[in-house]
Amino acid sequence: MGPVDTKNPDYYHKVVDCQWACPAHTDVPGYIRLIAQGRFDDAYMLNRESNVFPGILGRVCDRPCEPACRRVRIEEKPVAICRLKRVAADLRNDISDRLPKAPKQKNGKKIALIGAGCASLTVANDLLPMGYEVVIFEKFDTTGGLMRTNIPVFRLPPKVLDEEIDMIVDMGADLRLGHEITSMKDLLEENFDAVFVGSGAPRGRNLDVPGRYDSDRIYIGIDWLESVAFEHTDSIGENVVIVGGGNTAMDCCRTSLRLGGKRVMVTARKPRHLLKASDWELEDAEEEQIELLLNHAPLRMIIEDGKLTGMEFAIVEWHEDENGRLQSTELDRVILPCDDVILAVGQENAFSFMERDIGIEFDQWDVPVVDPVTFQSTREGVFFGGDAAFGPKNIIWAVAHGHEVAISIHKYCHGEDMTERLPDKVTMESTKMGMHEWSYSNDYDEGSRRLVPHVSLKERFKKLNIEVELGFTAEQAIAEVERCLNCDIQTEFEAKRCIECDACIDICPVDCLTMTEDGPEEELRTRLNAPSTNMEQALYVSEALPQTGRAMVKDEDLCVHCGLCAERCPTAAWDMQKSLISIPLAVDQPVCQKKRRNA
Amino acid sequence: MSFISKPKVGHPALQRNELGLWQRDYEGTISTLCAGCGHDSISAALIQTFFELSIEPYRVAKTSGIGCSSKTPAYFLSQSHAFNSVHGRMPSVTMGANAANSSMIFVGISGDGDSLSIGMGQFCHAIRRNLNMAYIIENNGVYGLTKGQFSASADIGSTAKKGEVNNQKPIDAALTAINQGAGYVARGFSGDKEQLVPLLKGALRHKGMALVDIISPCVTFNDHEGSTKSYAHTREHYHQLEQTDFVPPAEEITVSSEGRELTPVRLHDGSHILLRNVEKDYDPRDQAGAFAYLKNCQLRGEIPTGLLFIDENSIDFHERNNTIETPLIDLDHEDICPGADVLAEMLGRYR
Repeated sequence: MGPVDTKNPDYYHKVVDCQWACPAHTDVPGYIRLIAQGRFDDAYMLNRESNVFPGILGRVCDRPCEPACRRVRIEEKPVAICRLKRVAADLRNDISDRLPKAPKQKNGKKIALIGAGCASLTVANDLLPMGYEVVIFEKFDTTGGLMRTNIPVFRLPPKVLDEEIDMIVDMGADLRLGHEITSMKDLLEENFDAVFVGSGAPRGRNLDVPGRYDSDRIYIGIDWLESVAFEHTDSIGENVVIVGGGNTAMDCCRTSLRLGGKRVMVTARKPRHLLKASDWELEDAEEEQIELLLNHAPLRMIIEDGKLTGMEFAIVEWHEDENGRLQSTELDRVILPCDDVILAVGQENAFSFMERDIGIEFDQWDVPVVDPVTFQSTREGVFFGGDAAFGPKNIIWAVAHGHEVAISIHKYCHGEDMTERLPDKVTMESTKMGMHEWSYSNDYDEGSRRLVPHVSLKERFKKLNIEVELGFTAEQAIAEVERCLNCDIQTEFEAKRCIECDACIDICPVDCLTMTEDGPEEELRTRLNAPSTNMEQALYVSEALPQTGRAMVKDEDLCVHCGLCAERCPTAAWDMQKSLISIPLAVDQPVCQKKRRNA
Repeated sequence: MSFISKPKVGHPALQRNELGLWQRDYEGTISTLCAGCGHDSISAALIQTFFELSIEPYRVAKTSGIGCSSKTPAYFLSQSHAFNSVHGRMPSVTMGANAANSSMIFVGISGDGDSLSIGMGQFCHAIRRNLNMAYIIENNGVYGLTKGQFSASADIGSTAKKGEVNNQKPIDAALTAINQGAGYVARGFSGDKEQLVPLLKGALRHKGMALVDIISPCVTFNDHEGSTKSYAHTREHYHQLEQTDFVPPAEEITVSSEGRELTPVRLHDGSHILLRNVEKDYDPRDQAGAFAYLKNCQLRGEIPTGLLFIDENSIDFHERNNTIETPLIDLDHEDICPGADVLAEMLGRYR
């Protein structure tokens, strides 16, 4: 397969599994190392650069980084990346003087952002320091969008939200709360240079079963959470049935427990491994003694004398049909007595304010047609991002969209081609400090994942706003960071120095190195010292070695970056080098300003 | 040396052997030799050998003398027995241990200094007694531990690190061993485990003296231009006499010789060494022929590797002396020490 080009920015980026999996490509090993060094301010700022909301995301991120963590492949449990992020936010000092500032001299461009959620705020965060005037229209009287209305306060305290949102708004955004956009057409007629739609996916799906409309104690999940957040709802019956197996269902059931629910049942049609809820949200709900009823397909509401008394379900069994699709067979029926039913069966976009004759095309599912690279709609100068763009995802995806939209708006406003974006860049720096010393902690830590301490089950239900997770202390954080495998410290190989002494091959604890003849990738994978089973992980193949002409082959899959190959190398053909991946943001794009960010 | 030990993690998909152990169970402590030392590769080859043969580490006795090579028993099979003896006296210590307990597997690790200079006499006599052991010489042509003086295996004309030329004739461990009548003589190269591991397996399974002379470059004092024991020089001048495969006793020998002559050589425990001839007229069972061939190679500066000589009918020390099979430690006190009367009677025979 020939020599692999490690100068390609994606090569080493992929090795850093967590960073590659993160939609915003946060430099995870970089910032958690700073946390271990007690440099919380630096860790926070490094985080903020890519994900904008470290304190918020450190509590409620969907954390795609964690399932991707290499540690999962070595010993099952990933590094507690998300909770470490929170440590940086919790323990930092005042960083206000390090935040980006908007210049006094504006650039004369005015941008409208619809919705004050994470997508719009990210766009504002990127554009304000560049001299843009930004107007944010928000229908509610509060900022934060679904982060505030849908995530219960015991998971995400309003103080954390306010603090991080204020960092952006205080740069000088024109925030218009309680200002609902009712006509896109009217907005477009105003004098904005670009419009961004970050209105999210604010409509909860309905479940049209018999009896659905015969009681006022049947709610749509996200609407119910919203009314709890705005303190319009402060109680619920003793027996509550939640329909749905996603994260919203988990928030609904845990909130119910705090508003008077005694027996709270979560019902899902599918078996556990097919539930949409994240494992950790399920675990947190189960810790609070939620009854999780699997394979329960909703049939009807039981209404007696105009009063909701229960809900009937079919108990089903799943099997695959000949096309590999899951089919269910009914085994039995059951009635769950209850006082309230909350429907948490998904959410969708709502673009009722958007006229259909203004050049913004919608597809067959009534979802706007959006370019996946530029995020521009079919109407020039109108951009979509976050849940509004490609349907409901999560906060970190919205942030990633926001950064890309900011680049597009910046280019668009300066009349440049939006598709011509700066590529990612990788810079390498040796970590060698001495004969066998490196500037990173290279020893493998056998410790298992630290659990985040929780408020006791006795205490936490006393008030709705008691945050359940306490967060790591600095000491716990240091211990957890040691589990990180430093995937950004790369094994950089220089073939012409190699004398083929086998020292690296012999020492490698996970047998990821082989010296062998080059060949086609598929065939080469069969000839490695350890079975090469993970096709998603790259093979490194060196240039021909000087003495025998073989190649040094490395299977990146399980490397623990201990650096022993480099320590045992007599000729320094191996070196442990830190790969720094830079992902360009709007401010880096060379348009008229010609001013580059100090990386 | 490294400050950290080899992480106790491993590739989850690696196989375990018949004993349920995985290869990491056969390791020792982390090496304190120079990075890139050939000896470390030999330790790794031994780890692989013992693992693949599914030998219980506690059945193994490692013995060594003094030198870089003699440090290496610490770097493999940490759960076996070991004795780091006096300089050049590894064969005597092994002899004693072997006499007392023939059920163990003996592997002696020595170097060109330890065996061909100070221990030359011990080396020859261990062969003469046909001690049942694998005798490994980690041969780098220099005294590494004393900063790179020529050893007795340095070739004429080879230079020291600072340019000094060696003018003394080398002692060839393999030729000496064949000449002394060792039953199993092989030569390998630390940089070629594919060949080395089957040779080591054969050496462990051969009953009697099995000498494996392994070219093992000293990266610090003997890996320069002008050295005849460097990685580069060895790669350029070594050639395999035959391709070697080890076939365990239970397995059937499948012959697919690809046009080459295929010779199975039977070992005492029923396993086989399978030789695919590369050198057409070389017969490792012909002592005089092998000796002559190797002598010629030596004169031409070539380094032939592989199974150089094997005597399939070798009779080891215990067989020849008709000793008891039971290890002395397992005998009852009355049997091993039958009392003053028996002693007096025995002594009486000599009066």
